[in-house]
Formats: sequence, C-alpha cells, structure tokens
Amino acid sequence: MTRLLGLTAVTTAFALSLYGLITIVIGVRTRRPHLVRSGRRAAYANFAMLAVATVAMIYALVMHDFSVSYVAQVGSRSTPVFFTVISLWSALEGSILFWGLVLAAYTAAATFFTRDRLGALGSYATATMLAVGSFFYLLLVGPANPFRLVSPLPLDGPGPNPLLQNHPLMAVHPPLLYLGYVGMTVPFAFAIGALLSGRLDDTWLKETRRWTVTAWMFLSLAIIAGMWWSYEVLGWGGYWAWDPVENASFMPWLTATAFLHSMMVQERRGMLKVWNLSLIVSTFLLTILGTFLTRSGVLSSVHAFTQGNIGYFFLGFIAVALIFSLMLLAGRSSELHSEGKLDSPLSRETAFMGNNLLFSVFTFTVLLGTLFPLVAEALRDEKVSVGGPFYNQMTLPLCAALLFLVGVGPVLPWRAASVKEVKKKLILPGVAFLLAIIASFALGARHPYALLAFGFAAFAMVCNVGEFVIGAQARRRAHGESALTALGRLIVSNNRRYGGYIAHIGIIIVAVGIAASSTYSVEKEATLRPNQTLAVGDYTLRFRQLWGEEQPHRFVVGAQIDLLRGTKEVGRIDPRLNYYDSQEEPVTTPAVRTRFTHDLYVNLMAFDRDAGHATFAVWIKPLVGWIWTGGLIVALGALVGALPLQKRRQVTAARPTEVVAA
Amino acid sequence: MNWKRSLIGAAIAIPVVTLLAYGLTQDPRELPNMMPGKPAPEFALPVMDAENDSIRLSDLRGEVVVLNFWASWCVACRSEHSILYDAAARYQPRGVRFYGVLYKDATGFARDWIARMGGQNYPNLLDPASHMAIDYAVSAVPETVIIGPDGKIAHKQMGVVTDSLMRVKLDSLLAVVDK
Repeated sequence: MTRLLGLTAVTTAFALSLYGLITIVIGVRTRRPHLVRSGRRAAYANFAMLAVATVAMIYALVMHDFSVSYVAQVGSRSTPVFFTVISLWSALEGSILFWGLVLAAYTAAATFFTRDRLGALGSYATATMLAVGSFFYLLLVGPANPFRLVSPLPLDGPGPNPLLQNHPLMAVHPPLLYLGYVGMTVPFAFAIGALLSGRLDDTWLKETRRWTVTAWMFLSLAIIAGMWWSYEVLGWGGYWAWDPVENASFMPWLTATAFLHSMMVQERRGMLKVWNLSLIVSTFLLTILGTFLTRSGVLSSVHAFTQGNIGYFFLGFIAVALIFSLMLLAGRSSELHSEGKLDSPLSRETAFMGNNLLFSVFTFTVLLGTLFPLVAEALRDEKVSVGGPFYNQMTLPLCAALLFLVGVGPVLPWRAASVKEVKKKLILPGVAFLLAIIASFALGARHPYALLAFGFAAFAMVCNVGEFVIGAQARRRAHGESALTALGRLIVSNNRRYGGYIAHIGIIIVAVGIAASSTYSVEKEATLRPNQTLAVGDYTLRFRQLWGEEQPHRFVVGAQIDLLRGTKEVGRIDPRLNYYDSQEEPVTTPAVRTRFTHDLYVNLMAFDRDAGHATFAVWIKPLVGWIWTGGLIVALGALVGALPLQKRRQVTAARPTEVVAA
Repeated sequence: MNWKRSLIGAAIAIPVVTLLAYGLTQDPRELPNMMPGKPAPEFALPVMDAENDSIRLSDLRGEVVVLNFWASWCVACRSEHSILYDAAARYQPRGVRFYGVLYKDATGFARDWIARMGGQNYPNLLDPASHMAIDYAVSAVPETVIIGPDGKIAHKQMGVVTDSLMRVKLDSLLAVVDK
C-alpha cells in the first residue's frame, strides 16, 4: 500500500511537472493567461505529491516495510528510530526523493510569492524550475526509483551505511546541503526567465535576492556541518581534505558568494549584467555537477556511496542545462549594456570586482584540481591524484587577499573615495594588522601565511566592527539612544548591509580558526598498556582500560582515559570504535574536548584485546572551535540580511518611478 | 536573441560535456593501483634488532623482493602471518627476499607480537617516520609490495595476501630471473 502510494505520487509529480512546463511555455507564447495559471497550479500540486511520497517513504522506513526497495536497502530493525528516519538521505534513491521534495517546495513557494507580478519573466522562471524538477522526478520514476517492489520479502535489512549512522550531525548536514544546493535553482530560474522573456533589467536580481541569500546561508551552514561531521566521525583529526565532493559543495558557494557581492554593483550602478547572469548560471550548474560527481562515481571519493547508471542521466541533464544556458546567455549578451562605468579605482565597485576576480580564480583553481585527474587520464592516459599541497599552495594567497578585501570593502564608499578619508579610516585597522602580527610572532607563530592570516584577520575585524561602532555612534548623537538600542536600530535600519558585515565577522573568525588549527597542531601517536601515561602539550593521558558494550545495532569498544593537566585530574574521555554488522572496518568515535583556545582530540586507532593495550592518536589543535562558531555567525549574518525588515520603505521608494512610468 | 552568438555558447559547452562523458566510461577505483609498472622508490632502512645493519633497495637489483607493511596493532596482519611465513619458507631458498616493514608501531610491541605468533622467518625494517610508507602510498596495513628483478613494482596488494596470489606472482617473476 505505502509503496503504491509513493510510486503513484512520484509518477504524478513527473507528469504534473511536464504538464506545467508545457502549459506555461505555450501560455506565455500564445498569450493565454489561463494556461499559465494552470501550469502554476501544477507546480503547487507537484509539491503536494512530493510531500505525500516523502511521508510514505518515512512511514515505510519506520514501519520496516521491507517490500519497499529503498527500505530493504537501508533499513534495519536494529537501527534506532532516529537514524531510521534520517536514513531517508543515507543512500542515492532517498536523497533524490528528498531533493525532489525540497525542489518542489522551493518551486511552489517562489511561484506563489511572485505570481501575477512578473509577467513572462516569472512564468518562465516557474517553467525552468519545473523543467529542473521533471529531471529529478524522472530519476525517481526510473533509475533511482525508491519504491520498487522487493520479492521475496526480506525479514531484515542491512541498515544505513555505518558512517552515516554514527553521529547526529548526519541529521543536519544533508538537509542543509540540499536546502542550499536546491535553493540556487530559484535565482537560476529567474535569471533564465529574464533571458527568455528579454526583461533584462535588474528585476530578476531584486526578486531573488532573499532566495539567494537564504540558499547561501543554508549552503554555508551545510559546509560547516560537513566539516564538523568529518572532524567528529572520521577520526583523522582534520575537517577538510579537498576531496572532490567537498570541492563540489565549495565551488557553488564560491560563485554564489561572488554573486552576492557583484549583484550589488548591478543594482547600484547598472554594471556587470552579463557577469551576474553568468555567475548564477555557473552556481546552478556547479550544484548539478557536484551531484553528478558524487552520484556517478566519475571521481574517486570517500563520498561516492552509490553508483549506477544514473550517471548518464545526470550527464544528459548537465549537457542540456549547460548548452541551453550558455546559448541563451551568449545570444542575449549584445542586449546587456552596462549603464554605469567605473569612476575611480578607489571605490567599493573596484573592491567588489577584485573580490569577484579572486572568487573566480578560486573557483577555477578548485575546479581544475577536481577535474584534472579526468583531463590527465583523457589526454595522457595517466592516473594522477591532486591533493592538499596543490590546493593549499594555490588558494592560500587567494584567501589572504580575500581576507584583506573583507576589511577594505566596507570602508570604501561607492563611486569614488577621497584618498585622505580612506587613509584616516584605515589607520586603526592598520595598527591592528601590525599588532596582530607582532603578537602572533611573540606567541611563536612563524608560518608566513598564518602570520598574514592573523594580521589581515585583525585588520578586517577592526574594519567591520568599526562600521558598527561608527554607525551606532552617529545614531547616539542624532537620536540620543543608548548604545545597545542604537546598535539594534542601526542593524534593522539597513539589515542587508549590516547582515553582510556580521557574515564578514563570521568569516574572519573561521579564517583564524583554520589558519591556527592547520599550522599549529601537535600530533602524537602511541601504544599504551593500562596505567601507562602519554604527555601531549600540557595534557597527560592515563590509559585505564578497554571496555566493550553490546548495543542493538553495533558493538562498541572504548578506551577509558583519565585526563590530567599538570597533576590535577580534569576529566575522563572515552574514544571509541564502533563495529557494525554490515561492515568489517570499525567506525571511529574520537573523543573531542573543545575549549576556547584549543581542542584535545583523541582517537582510538587499534587495540589488542588479549594483551589489553591500545594505540591512540592524539592531537592538540588550536582554535578549532572558532571554525564552528564563526560558521554560525556567518549564517546569522545571512539571516539578518535576508529578513524582510524594510518592506514598507521599499514600497514608498518605488512609487515615484511607477508614477513616472505610468 | 542573437543566434549566431549563441553558437559560441554551445561551442564552449561541448568540450566540457565531452570530458564528463569520457569520465563516466572510466573506473575511478583503479586509482589506488597506480603503482604497478613504476620503478620502486628507493629506501635504506635499519633492520630491527640489528640496528647497525641496513637494507638498501638498490643493492637488491636483480632479485625479487617482497615488502610486507604490517603492525602489531593490526588485526588482519595476524591472519596473514602464516601465509607469509609459508611463502617465505618456500621462496627464500629460491632467492626471493622477504622483508617486513614496521608501520606506525613500537619495536617492543612488534617483538612481543612476533614471539606470540611463533616467530618470523625474515627480517623486519624500521620506518619510524613512515617515509617509506609514504613513498609506497601505504594507506592501511597490511599492504604487500612485490618488486621484480628490474626494480619495478610488479604488484601491490592492499589488504591480506593469499597463498595462491603469492604463488602466481612469485613464480612468474622467478621465471623471468631464471631466463
């Protein structure tokens, strides 16, 4: 029953998306508004169908209905309910179903909020989203159908991939990623809508700004959550390895970040029109490329959990989307005239263009590193793998320059700045830059990029915090408000701008965390017998004993360790190894003790049950916690920037132009 | 819409799609086995319990060499012990050189382990900084590298070796030496 309900729902969704796509295009072309309206309703119904299918799948998972192929693939009676529910996205078919749900929700919502306002542009945008949707629903009906019948009925299943049921962050990372990834479809669709309808002013930009910022927020959170998961589960003491699939999530983030900045240049000055369209098209295509790389097994990656012929479907879709968007973009490029021009090299426009240049180079570098093994194999029949050293060497200078711009950008005014004023504004940040470098040098930092990172971080931090201080002081003088009220009202009065600065502050904190933890961590590895100790930094670890615990879905082996600082006992930690039935290799649960200045990270590498000894890898990593905190601040900034706080003012501001137009 | 220009867009798209299409036809899982056929990286390492003695790969040119990366904390290495022991007993008289390479382990534990497993009939090399393990791209123990008389890697086994694998690989390499 559940299976048939789900199958019917996804099949109907596929049919509805095709119906909506066709009626809207015909409706716009032949000027028959009732057809467009009908197509829009198809988009709403589509969402209902996907919701039904998803609920049916979750129900089947929780009820252990092993007649449903996806449940038979990832379900298990012994898996805890929490992990059973989130195993919805632990394998290919469920992920695509979830993707479909998120896409249908975005499509319905974006269509609803812009209906009857944007004419052909909005209608084409809905049609574009339905076209993207029809591809994913096709997958659900065809190669990634999660509702296939399993016969004979299995009594139990293997459970989800052990790596994916070992940490609660798995409940957070994939949904955030999909919300971010799929969310980029909305601005893409409106960009295509603008290109198709020929309405090439900044309407599409303005209409989708909040969607873009929201999707960007989710994507930022997803990347941070993914890093955190990798750090907490994989037991190698790191959080980023330039794995192709990490890059796949990072590349659209880079282009979307560039877009968030360059769109302001178009709004303010009417410049960079082709560029903005290209950026959002790239962002969307990179999200699809990322999924293609993950799901088709084109590149070897720890994330390539599943493979199948789905790769060919993705390839077809990428080909159509890429050729279609590039043709459209190139064909319209002659109609996209720049209205403004650069007035001065010393202006915010220039800073944004510098930012965009750096982000583009960054994206290209990561793309090159990701695809190079493929190129090398195609051209020279050589197997190569591109690793950390390439990326670090290439991207560290870019990161340093970007960090510098994070500081300079907010200080520079639009159009043209007076050299004198800029100098005055940069004195304090400059002092902070020098002080930070001297202080980190005194504290023992010698790595040139780390010193540069700390220096620029201090510089950018003073610049961005300075904007809040200057603004709040002006309000205090003008309105006699208290400091806190002034700050709050300042942010509300221009939430878009100050949300951006909050995100900057978050990024600076992340950068400091990455620079410190990647250059100054201490690592030790040792095999200990019971009651033997190991000193790492100012910690002493005393290994007590091994313990074991049988749990319904796994067997856990832990090592009890007393933690001492000096001679004082400060706690007990238990790094663990988890043995799942479905996999021979254990999944690690390192013990991570997070403090403001550093993390103590202990991983149980191996143990000998007969002899009672165990091998540990121990890291002391400075400032790792800053990365997670900074990531949350970035998201907070995006949230502040996306909130609709100034609706009323925008309406009054828009009125005069309407009068003029009328 | 300028259709001539739009063809430029299509021209940019096609190579990208072609590359991805090519990628689909390849198997990325082959990557870890990129070593066979390449010259074996040089090493010079001290021998365990004979620290003044050291083994240099270039001195072994013309001989078949088996390198087994292992550790006392490695569970799979225990099951592999008897296979390697038997293979060494059979092939060392025929001129094959067997070496264990201790991977991320302390000599004390290694000695205990060897004693508990009933001894080992070939020497062990010490690689305390894991330089050799990096050169040979060892990702997890056990891994076994078989080097041919030409100094090139003939086989790299990730995980436990089997008796038949050792026979097939070593017999074919010895056939070359005998020629």
